[in-house]
Amino acid sequence: MNNKTPLIHITRRMDIGRPRAYAYRAAAIILAFIVCGIVTMVLTGENPLDVYSAMFTGAFGSSRKIWALLQNLAILLCVGLALAPAFRMRFWNLGGDGQVLAGCIAAAACMMFLSGALPNVLLIIVTLIAAVCAGALWGFIPAFFKAKWGTNETLFTLMMNYVAAQLASFFITSWSKDGSAKIGIINQNTQIGWFPEIGNKYMMFVIVAVILAVLMFIYMKYTKHGYEISVVGESERTARYIGIKVRKVIIRTMLISGAICGLTGFFLVSAKDHTLTTTMVGGRGFTAVIVAWLAKFNPFTMILTAFLIVFLSQGCNQITTALELNSSFGDIITGIILFFIIGSEFFINYRIHFRKSSKKEAA
Amino acid sequence: METKVPALSMRHITKRFGSKVVANKDVSLDIYSGEILALLGENGSGKTTLMNMLSGIYYPDEGQIYLKGEPVDISSPREAFDLGIGMIHQHFKLVDVLTAAENIVLGIENEGRLNMKKAAARINDICSRYGFEIDPSKKIYDMSVSEKQTVEIVKVLYRGANLLILDEPTAVLTPQESEKLFAVMRNMKKDGKSIIIITHKMQEVLSVSDRVAILRAGEYICDRITAQADTQELTDLMVGHSVTLNISRPEPVRPKDRILVKDLTVRDIEGIVKLDHVSFNARSGEILGIAGIAGSGQKELLEAIAGLQPIEEGTIEYVEDDGSRESLIGKDPTEIADMGVALSFVPEDRLGMGLVGNMNLADNMMLRSYRQGHSIFTNKKAPAELAEHVVDELEVNTPGIGTEVRKLSGGNVQKILVGREISSAPTVLLTAYAVRGLDINSSYTIYDLINKQKEKGVAVIYVGEDLDVLIELCDRILVLCAGKVSGIIDGRNAVKKKIGAMMTQTEEAPKGGSDE
Repeated sequence: MNNKTPLIHITRRMDIGRPRAYAYRAAAIILAFIVCGIVTMVLTGENPLDVYSAMFTGAFGSSRKIWALLQNLAILLCVGLALAPAFRMRFWNLGGDGQVLAGCIAAAACMMFLSGALPNVLLIIVTLIAAVCAGALWGFIPAFFKAKWGTNETLFTLMMNYVAAQLASFFITSWSKDGSAKIGIINQNTQIGWFPEIGNKYMMFVIVAVILAVLMFIYMKYTKHGYEISVVGESERTARYIGIKVRKVIIRTMLISGAICGLTGFFLVSAKDHTLTTTMVGGRGFTAVIVAWLAKFNPFTMILTAFLIVFLSQGCNQITTALELNSSFGDIITGIILFFIIGSEFFINYRIHFRKSSKKEAA
Repeated sequence: METKVPALSMRHITKRFGSKVVANKDVSLDIYSGEILALLGENGSGKTTLMNMLSGIYYPDEGQIYLKGEPVDISSPREAFDLGIGMIHQHFKLVDVLTAAENIVLGIENEGRLNMKKAAARINDICSRYGFEIDPSKKIYDMSVSEKQTVEIVKVLYRGANLLILDEPTAVLTPQESEKLFAVMRNMKKDGKSIIIITHKMQEVLSVSDRVAILRAGEYICDRITAQADTQELTDLMVGHSVTLNISRPEPVRPKDRILVKDLTVRDIEGIVKLDHVSFNARSGEILGIAGIAGSGQKELLEAIAGLQPIEEGTIEYVEDDGSRESLIGKDPTEIADMGVALSFVPEDRLGMGLVGNMNLADNMMLRSYRQGHSIFTNKKAPAELAEHVVDELEVNTPGIGTEVRKLSGGNVQKILVGREISSAPTVLLTAYAVRGLDINSSYTIYDLINKQKEKGVAVIYVGEDLDVLIELCDRILVLCAGKVSGIIDGRNAVKKKIGAMMTQTEEAPKGGSDE
């Protein structure tokens, strides 16, 4: 009778419930690995199990690799946590890279020019404050323009990345002693201004990230500031209606977002790399956007999403070296897996109905 | 009747959303040529969903639609047009920068070049046939709401529609404009067209329709010949039990001036004058109604008092119990609250302004109270209790206080908003279109709540669109026309016709319009 009923039609789900949502996501990951296996076999002729084991070795092969993974996870998580409040406010802060780099520049400057002038403990504290302020400034500028004149924050924060990168390269050239456009390890012999190691050289970032995650969770969920951020993000008109000063919230939140980026920059320079390069942030400001979004801005879920991303990138590096594959192959695998994970959200939010078979109706 | 083949019939139509919500359940409905059918039902009873299946926006899960006895499938709005079914939605779908004629021919695929002259001639032909007044070369942005609606109707007729569906067409019209629309509808009926009208206003159902079909909770209940029906019976059928249909108007309790507005002038961002030297006073224990065509400055007036609207000229003063006056000019809502002025505001845009759709009931209750206390943390317990209280008190239909507000139906959303606003024991209550889109049962709940506030001595300002309600509910009615006060009249002696006339012209302003 209804021969023109659409073959499939899509309806919105009312509420799927948490366990089922997680089951869908888990299924998506399993499916992703199966598809990756098939793609691997077809494209390279390698045994997919070899590929997976290489990925696993790359991520967890040795205690050094595990620690490197944890450290990378922690750095990425820090940047993600910095972006989360801005994104919750629907302020598309794509300037994570620039804000972290601004922190790095300030930290490197302090370590180079204030060493000897201040006692070491004081120097580290000054360095930290300078880096945090630099990051906050980089967040403040686009926020101020947005609040005052309604400029587009996406473009603004994005362009601030380039400004930071150019500034970094300018300072590197003018600070390098031999004109080689490289700074080298700052205070290599004296280790002045180096953040003291705790446990091993990777541990520091992990501790910072865990503390930040807990604080950010509390800030977003239980404080008045966090509530204001949610209201402004959902509806600026509602915010104004109940008397929230929207401009103030935008600027305050971006100060916090930038400050945490600056803090991350401080630890990158003072605790990890002890130098300044233009590429030291490595696009984490953008990767962190994926981390924050996939986790729907929940700081604890972000640990999982950051882990996934870091695991994939470290694992894929290993594939290309161990199996001598083109480096793009790792990107293909990462792409497939992310595609499935993001795609699973569709099936969590929507339901697909297929046309009932006509035989059934006739019967 | 039995021998006549219906112009259109729906048989056993079922439509589900998700696994739990059944919007329409086994609905069978006929409409004949030359008939005006009123579709009546509470909010969420599935009227619009049912009509959307005729206009090709939704596809039924079960059941069959027949056009003149032949089974048809309508899987897109275009197919609906091809079958001669046209729907006029509540929100107009017109291109502002184009003329009426351009909007009408938009999207029609014709052989050869588009001949605007011919099109305009055909439009004029349609207009003279049914009695529309429309200037084909006028741009949409220059048009009033009623003119835009006319364009929508002509657009549908231009495409050869024989069945017209009007979704709450009079919600945005003055009484005079509504009468004009009804006259046109009767002309179309004479011409053999079938018309389905969705409306909440009982007088309109009785005056314009031939037959009434009643839906309740997604199911078809029955139909009645309009000539043999009355308001009480139809309401009872719609609600499912007997309801009393009286708006009470208790005498004002010791009215004292509470809000004094003088020479208030407001311009919008584009510099257009929205309020022009408006002066009035609102008294405690009294309901001041504001009547006017949509967009006559009602929104700006309420927002100016609430501290949300920059003003150009004039004063707004709040009078304390001891008679001292404080200016509200230049203060934002927080500052007004800090002054100790308990001002509550139920804005027109419930989910975009009064509430946050994506937050749950408890978090929405917190909007007003979250600042209390010096702690940096929010107190979630009090809002949760308030939410429970409002749900109990106002019989809000919700799975729980953890449910997001956007998932509730219009009436329940409004109850949450009003419940929150009156919970703070206000001295001034501003409401904008408090019952827009609400069914009769929810509307009466809201009237009751407003009356209770009045009896508590609250100064209520009630912006409304249904003149019958304004006349029954309000102690005084201020009529706005294009930003000017065309008069303030006593609600007890108000005549609908006169208010309607005042809504469209300011000349006969007897008092209040202070153009000194």
